Amino acid sequence: MKGYLVLRVVAKLMIAFMVVFALYVQFHGDFGPGGGFQAGVITAAAIVFYAIIFGLPAARAVVPDWLVEAMVAAGVLLYAGVGFAGLVLGGNYLDYFVLAADPVEGQHRGIFWIELGVLITVAGVMLKIFYMFASRDEERSR
Amino acid sequence: MTVAGHYSYWITIVIAMAGLYIVIARGNLVKKLVGLAIFQTSVYLLYIAPGKLIGGTAPIVAEGFAVYSNPLPHVLILTAIVVGVATLALGLALVVRIKEAYGSIEEDEILGQDPAPPGRTP
Amino acid sequence: MIIATLLTMIAVITVVIVRERNLFAVVVLFGIYSFLMATVLVALDAVDVAMTEASVGAGISTILFLSALHLSKGIEMKPLHRPFLPLIVALATGAALAYGTLDLPAFSDPRAAIHQHVAKRYVDEAARETGVPNIVTAVLASYRGYDTLGEVTVVFTAGIGVIALLRRMRPRKRGEGS
Repeated sequence: MKGYLVLRVVAKLMIAFMVVFALYVQFHGDFGPGGGFQAGVITAAAIVFYAIIFGLPAARAVVPDWLVEAMVAAGVLLYAGVGFAGLVLGGNYLDYFVLAADPVEGQHRGIFWIELGVLITVAGVMLKIFYMFASRDEERSR
Repeated sequence: MTVAGHYSYWITIVIAMAGLYIVIARGNLVKKLVGLAIFQTSVYLLYIAPGKLIGGTAPIVAEGFAVYSNPLPHVLILTAIVVGVATLALGLALVVRIKEAYGSIEEDEILGQDPAPPGRTP
Repeated sequence: MIIATLLTMIAVITVVIVRERNLFAVVVLFGIYSFLMATVLVALDAVDVAMTEASVGAGISTILFLSALHLSKGIEMKPLHRPFLPLIVALATGAALAYGTLDLPAFSDPRAAIHQHVAKRYVDEAARETGVPNIVTAVLASYRGYDTLGEVTVVFTAGIGVIALLRRMRPRKRGEGS
């Protein structure tokens, strides 16, 4: 669809806003509605938008397959890793109050890292599912 | 028991039964998945509607608000929504594979193509 | 009241989806239904859930349905054949459920059981114990962190399930199992 000038220009503007909005939703999930899931889905939607306008090979060049597959697994590992950090530092699994000197500060840190893990996994999975569905057609017509 | 007091429950039941009807009465696989998604969203409504307090606000602690709507159903339903879309993605992947294997996404055509199980007359 | 109006609109859209046979129209109507559901959720003070429902239901679900429709190339359903038994089953189940809801507390009753016990403790203590004003995030990430770990694992499992199902087809003889 990149032959249409209006679509191309608007897409270039909107994708930047969408990625910034996703980061806003992620990091302000503590103070307003938001959090990891919504931010992950919005990030995936931004890249899907890019793939719809500029074509799937262009999107694959920007966000390659190995990166998406690594994201799918890395988020879960990060989340479980925060739990293990709680174990190592003396508390139970997924205890946050041991992560810093002040227990409330430890809660902040724990919530920050696990929301990041959620963002990475959800964005990776949504994007990978879209890639698999979208590339199935060209597999068959080969 | 008043109509206004229970209206949200009854609408939830209407939506749930519509979703259930689509799943069991329609033969098209994609339509069945749409019915399943409708049923799932009706369950979200079933959980969240009783948590609302008129005069309350969203459960984000802020100055000047004393009454908050119940945050516990929100947490459960957030998980449920994401699990629901995961199920939907797997279901649609299965539909794509079924289409490639059988050539159709209508249930009776697919069942007609399978050979009858051994020991039972078709 | 606005909640009642929105709920009625949702019920109307659902009945239309039941009767519609063109699959592309069904997917678009499902997107409308998702947006209406997100609006109702905002009116019910569930802002986190509304954002998730809008992005996941009206965004990702619509993309997945359209991709699956494009791949399966089915647009029109076959005409249906006398579904009386499913209709009776649905109506009977609905009547039984409606009879069961007569005992439930009325809408927005502050003395209902769900506002006591655990939820009361979360609302009173979450901001002080976790330092996070959003009570839903505090409960999701801190008090109920295990559930969220399970949910992330479910999303991960769905991802690898789709990868396993839709992996690249290798050229092989017809007749071999896949």
